Amino acid sequence: MASNKISIVVVSGSRERLQMAAMMASVGAVSGNDVTVFLSMNALMYFLKESSETAPAEGQVGVMIAEKNVPPFKQLFQQAAELGDAKIYPCSMAMDLLGAEADELDPYLQEPWGLTKFLSHAADAQVWSF
Amino acid sequence: MAEKMLIDARGSFCPGPLMELIAKLKSGEVGDEFEVLSSDKGSAKDIPEWVDKAGHEIVESREDKGVWHITVRKKR
Repeated sequence: MASNKISIVVVSGSRERLQMAAMMASVGAVSGNDVTVFLSMNALMYFLKESSETAPAEGQVGVMIAEKNVPPFKQLFQQAAELGDAKIYPCSMAMDLLGAEADELDPYLQEPWGLTKFLSHAADAQVWSF
Repeated sequence: MAEKMLIDARGSFCPGPLMELIAKLKSGEVGDEFEVLSSDKGSAKDIPEWVDKAGHEIVESREDKGVWHITVRKKR
């Protein structure tokens, strides 16, 4: 199996971008790659345990994602972590802005990372941003 | 004794059928076969690609009335 380092930065809160990031994370991780996901800005709030927020669609495909039987992005991120051992880190700055503690996030997320840590980890990786 | 398991992922979109297959493969034994039913064209291409990379075996892949039947044998 290929073994590349893949770093995925997700800052958007839009449905299409979250979906694409989750697809890359899950398929990348189950294909033997070392996948790291960094959740920041508008992306992080969906991973609060008590969040009932629905990610808004940017366009027509985003609307169709909700209407058809497409695996939800949170399910794909969870499978990335559980089936492919992807590591998903919340951004500590976004945590501070939201006033959230680590135990308020979904359990498949890791401890928060700062940008310095993420940058040093991503230095020799493919980096994808959404 | 190797078993054969049916994974009915019809109606689900990429990468749903692939992820369902991988979840079942993980809990299976070497030699077990898994037949995935998928109505998603993308998955019909992506599943064999993944199976090849992951070192498992495609036993059969055929389309019947818009449904792909992809049978995979767990090799490791």
